[in-house]
Amino acid sequence: MNLIQDTLNRDRRAIARLISHIENGEPDAREALAVLYPHTGRAYIVGVTGAPGTGKSTLVNELAKAYRRLDQPRTVGIIAVDPTSPFSGGAILGDRIRMRDLAGDAGIFVRSMATRGSLGGLARATADAIKVLDAAGYEVIFVETVGAGQAEVDIAKTAYTTIVVEAPGLGDEIQALKAGIMEIADIFVVNKADREGADSTVAAIRMMLDLNHASHVEGQGWRPPVCKTIAVRGDGVPALVEEIEAHSAFLRESGLLGQRERERVTTEFEYLLHEQLMRQFVSRVSPEQWDELIERIVRREVDPYTAAEKLLREMT
Amino acid sequence: MAEKKIRVLVAKPGLDGHDRGAKVVARALRDAGMEVIYTGLRQTPEMIVEAAIQEDVDVVGLSILSGAHMTLVPRVVNLLRDNGVDDVLVVVGGIIPDEDVPALNEIGVRGIFGPGTPTQDIVEFIRREIGDR
Repeated sequence: MNLIQDTLNRDRRAIARLISHIENGEPDAREALAVLYPHTGRAYIVGVTGAPGTGKSTLVNELAKAYRRLDQPRTVGIIAVDPTSPFSGGAILGDRIRMRDLAGDAGIFVRSMATRGSLGGLARATADAIKVLDAAGYEVIFVETVGAGQAEVDIAKTAYTTIVVEAPGLGDEIQALKAGIMEIADIFVVNKADREGADSTVAAIRMMLDLNHASHVEGQGWRPPVCKTIAVRGDGVPALVEEIEAHSAFLRESGLLGQRERERVTTEFEYLLHEQLMRQFVSRVSPEQWDELIERIVRREVDPYTAAEKLLREMT
Repeated sequence: MAEKKIRVLVAKPGLDGHDRGAKVVARALRDAGMEVIYTGLRQTPEMIVEAAIQEDVDVVGLSILSGAHMTLVPRVVNLLRDNGVDDVLVVVGGIIPDEDVPALNEIGVRGIFGPGTPTQDIVEFIRREIGDR
């Protein structure tokens, strides 16, 4: 199996194996990503986030089917992220339970991924796994985050269109005013719209949007629509697809797509640089020196800022 | 830094609707630090093999209580082979009569765990088998 060539030919085993190698930090993964990189940048990346139990997996399942049913069907990649237990390091990845309809369609690839300690709602390997699916020719890639609260906003830096899923009765008006996840939505979905309180959830989101609109000009011409869906029945999903396409068209026409891509690449590059610099630097400090410094900070003989500056001065 | 995790697909092929045992095992494997892809009830062999490929698992665990294991397990094993997946450990849990065990071993099922098996035994078996690679 040639991981690179077979991935470009959309061989499912090669794609899957390469994603594992990325997750495990194996040396051949970096090399493969370098070769695949020129083949990326073609996929449209859609993030789906929201609190646990709002129906994200079911919605992604229906969205994938809808994209496959278009007059010109698009191939779909799905990355579904679930949390790693901080205690055991293990994880139960259960998003496939809601995606059983997608089995048997060669135009769909579903991969479950554990966060392995990342906190922003995605895994470290998510961005690179997206590149693999992109290079393999999947045209639309859905990234489902862990059941997110208010801080898990990394998805907005990864996806072109971010969908925030709410459900009636979970968060009331007060929640809708909170910062964080509510501010990253390009599209809101009120799922389980047959439940009591759906209309007041929609109203609460709209009110928040009105307030935001008054206070700043972020969004630059795009007001996030609020879509009602009943994902288990597929209701409202075609309309949601239209909104995704409308947002995509808006980003392209306004030139914001290029800007978002630039921001995304910048974030990723800075992160990698940070990581590599840190690794290089730490490797030059002896374990004894390191331990001694930590011990001095613990004993309050030196504060962490001064210690960091001193170490940097000594090493450079 | 990144480390290799054992990935396990826990699947329930066939029509019986009892997944308590599968869930208990899934939880035990998670607590042992493994990544468990849980796919839920009523999976066809085709769905199981597709999931095993896409998730690049090290282990496929099948839970069968319906008595259909002599039909379902060979179908999964054959489909894995037909798809070129030759490096996956297949284990079966559930109600498997002793007289069926040799036939299942024959087609390549390495571990068979009946009711009452301590979950730690399953964890250790998987670790031992995967660690050997």
